[in-house]
Amino acid sequence: MAILSNRESLEKFQDKLKSAKSHGKKKLVSLCAGSGCGAYGTAKVHQALMEELALQNLTEDVEVKLTGCHGFCEKGPIMVVHPQGIFYPQVKPEHMSEIVEKTIKNDELVQSLIFKDPVSKAKITLEHDIPFYKLQQRIIFGNNGLIDPTSIDDYIAVGGYSAMAKSLFDMTPEKVIAEIKKSGLRGRGGGGFPTGIKWDTCRKHHGIRYVICNADEGDPGAYMDRSLLEGNPHSVIEGMIIGAIAIGSHDGYVYVRHEYPLAVTNLTIALDKCREYGLLGKNILGSGFDFDINISRGGGAFVCGESTALMASLEGNPGRPRAKYVHTVEKGFKEGPSNLNNVETWANVPIIINKGADWYAAIGTKHSKGTKIFSLVGKVVNTGLVEVPMGTSLRKIIYDIGGGIPRKKKFKAVQTGGPSGGCIPEQFLDLGVDFDELSKVGSIMGSGGMIVMDQDTCMVDVARYFLDFLKEESCGQCNPCREGIKQMLDILTNICQGNGKEGDIELLEELGVMIQRFSLCGLGTSAPNPVLTTILYFRNEYEAHIRDKKCPAGVCKPLFYYDIDPETCTGCRSCAKKCPQEAITGDKKKPHQLDQSKCIKCGICYDTCKFDAIVIR
Amino acid sequence: MEPAIQIDLKKIDDIIAHYHGNKEALLMIMQDISDIYNHVPPVIIPILVDRLGVKKSLIYGVATFYKTISLEPRGKYIVSVCTGTACHVRGAEKIADALQQKLGVQEGQTTSDRLFTLKAVRCIGCCASGPVITVNKETYGGLDRTAAEKVIDNYKQMPLNGTA
Repeated sequence: MAILSNRESLEKFQDKLKSAKSHGKKKLVSLCAGSGCGAYGTAKVHQALMEELALQNLTEDVEVKLTGCHGFCEKGPIMVVHPQGIFYPQVKPEHMSEIVEKTIKNDELVQSLIFKDPVSKAKITLEHDIPFYKLQQRIIFGNNGLIDPTSIDDYIAVGGYSAMAKSLFDMTPEKVIAEIKKSGLRGRGGGGFPTGIKWDTCRKHHGIRYVICNADEGDPGAYMDRSLLEGNPHSVIEGMIIGAIAIGSHDGYVYVRHEYPLAVTNLTIALDKCREYGLLGKNILGSGFDFDINISRGGGAFVCGESTALMASLEGNPGRPRAKYVHTVEKGFKEGPSNLNNVETWANVPIIINKGADWYAAIGTKHSKGTKIFSLVGKVVNTGLVEVPMGTSLRKIIYDIGGGIPRKKKFKAVQTGGPSGGCIPEQFLDLGVDFDELSKVGSIMGSGGMIVMDQDTCMVDVARYFLDFLKEESCGQCNPCREGIKQMLDILTNICQGNGKEGDIELLEELGVMIQRFSLCGLGTSAPNPVLTTILYFRNEYEAHIRDKKCPAGVCKPLFYYDIDPETCTGCRSCAKKCPQEAITGDKKKPHQLDQSKCIKCGICYDTCKFDAIVIR
Repeated sequence: MEPAIQIDLKKIDDIIAHYHGNKEALLMIMQDISDIYNHVPPVIIPILVDRLGVKKSLIYGVATFYKTISLEPRGKYIVSVCTGTACHVRGAEKIADALQQKLGVQEGQTTSDRLFTLKAVRCIGCCASGPVITVNKETYGGLDRTAAEKVIDNYKQMPLNGTA
C-alpha cells in the first residue's frame, strides 16, 4: 500500500511537513554536496562538522543538510547557516570548531571566514546579499540550496508534487498542453523547439508513447543539468509525470551519463521513494493513471545527445543518429511516438503548472520565455551556475554576476553553445542572451555553456580543440562529418604547429560550409561553427600564426617563447625557485635571465610572476 | 602474457538478473562488469551472447562505440583528466603533461605495475572547479601541477584495497 493514496493525503502530508519545519530544530546548516564542492572536499568538512557537533552535544539542536549545488562553485565547499543565511565559502575541516562555537552556539560571526567580494572587496555576511546571487532570478535552481536531494519529504515540504496533483485532478491533458504552449516554454537543450507543440504532436500519434529525459549533457563546459539532477531530482521527475499525463504515456526513461555517478545515485533514490509514496507506478494518487520511469546510463558518446542517436542507444545499440524524415515524436524509441526533453526543460514544467502560464510568460523576451541557467566558467572571477531571465546581457552575466576577468587580464571572447556554438567577441557583449539573439552573430545559446576566454586564450587553439573533440565524437556514418572534420583538424593542427600556409583560412571556410550543408545530423551541421566564428572575429590571430609564425596568446608552443623583461623584473626569485628546468638564473633584486635552451615552455614562471615581467614573444 | 582472469560467473549472472536479462541494458551490464574488473574481459562475451540472446557483433559494436567500455585490462585506478572547454582554457594540458611525467605513461596507457591508467576524458561537469581530474569515482578540483601529483602520491601510498 502506497503511503499517499489520494490527493488529500498528499496535501495533509504537505501541511504536516510544513508545520514540522516551522517548529523544528532552531539551526540549520546547509552544506553543499554537489559535484563542484565535492571536488573541493565537502565529505571531510561534513565529517568534521558532525564530530564537532557531537563533541559539543549539539547534534539534537542542529540540523545538518547535505544539499545539491548552490551554484557558486568557485567558492566551494559552501556552507550556509540558517535561519540567518550566513554564508561561509571555502570551508575546511579545521574551521568547524570555530563555526560551531561562535556562529552556531552564540550567533556570532567568524570574521576570518566571511565572504569577501573579489570586486568591491567588501565583506558580505548573508548569502542573498552577495552580488553573484543577488542579480539572479533562481526560479528553477533556487530550491537546490534548501533541500536534501535524497529526501522526498524536503521536496514535498516546498510544495513538491502539487503541480502533478493539479494536472491529474484539476486539468485535462489538453489543458496541460495548452498551458505549456501558452507559457512559451522552449527546449533548454539547445534546439529551442516549443515544448507544448512537441507534446501535442506526440499525443496525436498512435501507439505506445514514451516520455524521455535527455540527461546526456555532453557540451563541454556545461553542467547545469548535472546539478539539477543531483540537487533536485524530484523537480525533473514531477515535470516528466506531468508530461506523461499530457501526452498519454505510461513509460518514462531518463538517459543519463554514466560519468555523473552522483546524479544516477540521487535519481535512483528519488525514483524508489516516489514508488514507495505512490507518486510513480500504478494508479498514481488514486487517479487511475499509471506511469513509471527507468534509468538508462549512457556510455560517454557526445552524439547520443541527438534525439535519434539517444533512442538507438536506449534500445541497446550503438548510438548512431538517423535521418529525420520521420520525427521521433511520430516514431522514435521502439517505433513508438517518443517525446524527448532535456533535464532543465522538465524542471520548468511544475513551476509553469503551479504559477500559471501568464506568470511564466512575463519573464524573458518576446520569443524566449522564462529563465535560463548558464554555466559561467573559464577565465571569470565568480565561476558557477547562474540563473537569469532570458534576454539578460552577456555583459551583465560576465561582469556584474561573474565579477569580470581575474588577474586584471583582458576579456577576449565568450564561447557559447558548446561545440555547436561560436566565440563572441567584446563588441557584442551587450547582446541579450536568448534563443534568437546569439545566432545573429554566428553562435547559439545552446544548452547554456558560457566559457569566458581572456588574452591568454589562443582562438586558433580553441577552434582546433573543438574540432579535435568532434573528430573523436563523430559517429562516422556520413562522409562530410567524418572526413570533413578530420581535414579541417589537420589544417588547424598544422597552423598551430607553425606549418600553416596561405590559403588555409579560405580552405577552412570552404570545408566548413560543405560540412554544414551536407552532414547527416546536428553534430556535423554545427561542427564548423567554432572555426568559422573564430575566423570571422579573430582572423588576425590566424594570420599571425600563418604569416608571422607567432602565437600572440602564448599557447601554441612552437610559435612563441617566454622572455624576461629586464625593466619590469624585480629580481624576486619566485619564478626561478619554481622553474622545474632550472632555466632561470639571476641574483636577488637583479633582473633574471632565462636560458632558452633549457626552457620547456611549461608556463609556470608566467603564472607565478606577480609583476608581469615574464613576457610572450 | 596476461595473467588469466578468474571470472565469477555468479556475479555476472547477478548483474544480468538485475536488469531482468533485458538486452536493451547491454551497455549498462557491461558498465557494471567493468566496475568489477575495470574492463570487460573478452571471455565474458560468449556468456553475454548466451544469456541475452544478442549477436557477438552487437556486443563488439557497443563495446567499441562507447568510451566507458574497454576490452583491454586497465589499472586499478583510472585517472581521468578532464579536457572539457573550461578545464582546457584553465590549463588541463599542463595537468595532463604533469601526470604523464609523474606516471611515466602516455595518455591511454597503463603503468607497468597495473596501478594506474591515464585517460583524457571529455567534460565531466565540474567546470567551475577546473582543471579537474577523477580517480575512479572521486573528483579532485582546482588543481595545478603540484596538486595533481599529490593526488597520485596519495593513491600510491594507499593499501591495495583502500579507497580515497
